[in-house]
Amino acid sequence: MSAATAGDAPAVAWETVIGLEVHAELRTATKLFCGCRNSFGEEPNTNVCPVCLGLPGSLPVLNKAAVEYAMRIGSALHCGIQASIFHRKNYFYPDMPKDYQISQYDVPINVDGWLELSGGERIGIVRAHLEEDTGKTTHVGGGGRIHEAGYSLVDFNRAGVPLVEIVSAPDIRSSEQARSYVEELRAILVATGASDGKMEEGSLRVDANVSVRPAGSGGFGTRCEIKNMNSLRSLGRAIEYEAARQVAVVQGGGEVVQETRHWDEAAGRTGSMRSKEEAYDYRYFPEPDLVPVDPGEAWISAVASALPPLPASRRAAVAGASGMDASSDAVATVVRLGLDPFVEAVAGGPGSRENVAAIAVRRLANEVAAEIDSVGRLSPASFAALVRMEADGSLTAAQSRTVLKELLASGGEPKEVAGRLGFEAMAAGDLEAVVEEVIAAHPEEWARFLAGEDKLTGFFVGHIKVATEGRANLGAASALLRALRG
Amino acid sequence: MTAAGIAAAVRSGQRTARSVLEEHLGRIAAAEADVHAFNLVLHESARAAADAVDAAVAAGRDPGVLAGVPVALKDNLCTRGVPTTCSSRILDGWTPPYDATVVRRLAAEGAVVVGKTNLDEFAMGSSTENSAFGATRNPHDLGRVPGGSSGGSAAAVAAGFAALALGSDTGGSIRQPAALCGVVGAKPTYGLVSRYGLIAFASSLDQIGPFAGSVADAALLLDAISGPDPLDSTSLRDAPPPASARLGAGVDGLRVGVVAELAAAEGISADVVARTREAADALAAAGAKVDEVSVPAAVYGLSAYYLIAPAEASSNLARYDGVRYGLRERGDPGGAGDITDMYLKTRSRGFGAEVKRRIMLGTYALSAGYYDAYYGKAQRVRTLIIRDFAAAYERFDVLLAPTAPSTAFALGEKTADPITMYLNDVCTIPSNLAGHPAISVPFGCGDDGLPVGVQVLAPALGETVMFQAAAALEAAAPPAHVPVTLGGGASQ
Repeated sequence: MSAATAGDAPAVAWETVIGLEVHAELRTATKLFCGCRNSFGEEPNTNVCPVCLGLPGSLPVLNKAAVEYAMRIGSALHCGIQASIFHRKNYFYPDMPKDYQISQYDVPINVDGWLELSGGERIGIVRAHLEEDTGKTTHVGGGGRIHEAGYSLVDFNRAGVPLVEIVSAPDIRSSEQARSYVEELRAILVATGASDGKMEEGSLRVDANVSVRPAGSGGFGTRCEIKNMNSLRSLGRAIEYEAARQVAVVQGGGEVVQETRHWDEAAGRTGSMRSKEEAYDYRYFPEPDLVPVDPGEAWISAVASALPPLPASRRAAVAGASGMDASSDAVATVVRLGLDPFVEAVAGGPGSRENVAAIAVRRLANEVAAEIDSVGRLSPASFAALVRMEADGSLTAAQSRTVLKELLASGGEPKEVAGRLGFEAMAAGDLEAVVEEVIAAHPEEWARFLAGEDKLTGFFVGHIKVATEGRANLGAASALLRALRG
Repeated sequence: MTAAGIAAAVRSGQRTARSVLEEHLGRIAAAEADVHAFNLVLHESARAAADAVDAAVAAGRDPGVLAGVPVALKDNLCTRGVPTTCSSRILDGWTPPYDATVVRRLAAEGAVVVGKTNLDEFAMGSSTENSAFGATRNPHDLGRVPGGSSGGSAAAVAAGFAALALGSDTGGSIRQPAALCGVVGAKPTYGLVSRYGLIAFASSLDQIGPFAGSVADAALLLDAISGPDPLDSTSLRDAPPPASARLGAGVDGLRVGVVAELAAAEGISADVVARTREAADALAAAGAKVDEVSVPAAVYGLSAYYLIAPAEASSNLARYDGVRYGLRERGDPGGAGDITDMYLKTRSRGFGAEVKRRIMLGTYALSAGYYDAYYGKAQRVRTLIIRDFAAAYERFDVLLAPTAPSTAFALGEKTADPITMYLNDVCTIPSNLAGHPAISVPFGCGDDGLPVGVQVLAPALGETVMFQAAAALEAAAPPAHVPVTLGGGASQ
């Protein structure tokens, strides 16, 4: 965003610079370093063992499936996948069983990739590394913060759940772009099968590094890290708030202090959690209980070649089939909602392939998207049949929309539904008769049309539409008018 | 009777495991009050285990290669349902819900666990005086230390409380007490024995290993516990080299190098230097080709060790925070924040002085801005030591060095000066840093009549040749040191 300048200060345009750190829980059957089930929403402290409780003498053993999922994510984000090692990140917290987190530090599994937003912009990916999740603390009493709490309850079911932390470059420039990035990343994570990407359940968690600078300046302002945003909406709000706060600080003659800030959803503002001086010294060092992970070329290429089509390539495919712009909202909507199989279903039938597919994309991005929860009632085959009826003139656009809504509401076959609704296509002879009637009723306009006044096409088509009560295929009607002109 | 002899007698039905156990429990009853080798003696579970072995023999089932052999476990090895303390107050009240892999392997081979032995708290020390439960005494002289940190295990074997014992060796914690107590103690190649269930001190250095009255018994125990373990990512994947394979093969033609830097290291007493020289001569007399060899980087081992081990320990011991198990002191709700106060009070009260010292050393060594100068540099020294050893093993099959700088010292003699205490490990630490095996074999006694140990060092996975040379050394050793006389008549 370009944060508005405050007060009467000289009109300096400000630019927001955002980098996002996304933690995605992996959908492995078991945890990262032990055989406990990786499962959300169970009785507290039931999926635990000596390893994920950090009991004395226990040792971690790396879950191969988690490595594979991490590689899928890296591959989907165009990262280099490399031999990596684990480090210990040391700090005390009651929900961290060992009081250190096993994470990757300077030699992560995935480095230097990029993600293409649905609008076509590329955001750099610095790294996407493996680490273990902590347990979950519930502070009881006080404001839900540890030092105000009367007591705290800790659930270790989440301790040791595998995470991939995906760190973007500071390439994001607005809250909208940040949301778009997270949406796209979520779609990629879901497509690869590596994560279910549910922000509400905490399986996808986003922290934002936000700074501001005068537009066009090359350097970076001092950044703040914003935590505790539990939805795309709060991510957008928090970034907007934080950017405006920083602009106000700078314009007020102050300096932004590097710190970690907590987003308060109810109050709609960020507040200081800890400053740089209070920042933890994590005392990273290589985890001596684990050996380096070297997946090797064969495994890396097997993972890459087994990747399913990802959102960007699916958008390109839909765009290619329909002749529409890959960065258009309609194409993005179709792919985001997973409706591209419907576009594929119309390909290969009679008629102009591109035209048919373009009609399909419009119907999917509008009528189907509006009733997405009912999409189960719509089979690709009946959708394809409907789109062909619209394309060949058997149904008008208005009729086609109506039939589609009916199919989504109650299911059925488009021919049968169209018949039930009285949407019989007009026979060519009937249309011709109506056209001749309309011409006869407007001789003056017909003479001008014959003399070359093309804009009168709309006049005649309008009258034909009225005379047929909307049952005429208007494309066919205008073609007929041109044909009669000779 | 040797452990091998016990197992053979029990397996053949010549003796019952129960009678063997009662004999050992009798010695414990007579002298444990003087020695304090154990934190816990497991009378009842040991009797049950012995009876189970006897039942297996009676039923014609294979009772295992350690059938009926009484074994003592260092109290940093997790035992299901049996308190495991690391000789620390911080683990007050904690009972492991699982067995260490080595404990399972012992049980599978019919061994009878007689008790959990005392140690320097979290294996940090060289005298077993840093125990929250009081010092262990050397069975050869109750006024002296048994060495450490596995002093309880060494003393238990020396006193005849157990035929075998397990210890852990991070910088010499098996070999040094073995030397001081006149028994055999070996640290295997890193990764040969699973660390699962060994409460960590310094993960990249810790190895579990055997104590025994003889080289053959130590080999028997090591072969029973070594081998791959899916629960320890650092355990070696291939079948281990058999320690017992060439015990009787002699050393004719074997190339033996005496490590110049260690044989003449600062602070090594003259009698120890003399025994080491005699050991080399004895092997030469038995046909070995003996020469001096230089391992230059070995002299930096001690400094590197006292950065790496505390650094890893500072992280390994972070989990003792009062939240989930063990000691918990109440935080002051009026304080700056009661969770922090709880952490501070729990750890202040739960850990002893040496543990705190090393946590502080290690925390400092890993701090931002110091990491490269301390931890990073120490790791590079480690690489140099491995390189120098590799050069030595191009010319020699095994190396020879003293184990400890002196015979057992008096209780309290070195507690005031940590550096003097740390120097006890100068000859043992290089093997831990390199990940190589080493074994201490009793070889005569010092001017004070107390046992001296000599080390045989071998390259990674060189256990077979190491035990081969150790057996030859044992055979050539001068007649025993002061015999252990305990129970009733023991005096200081």
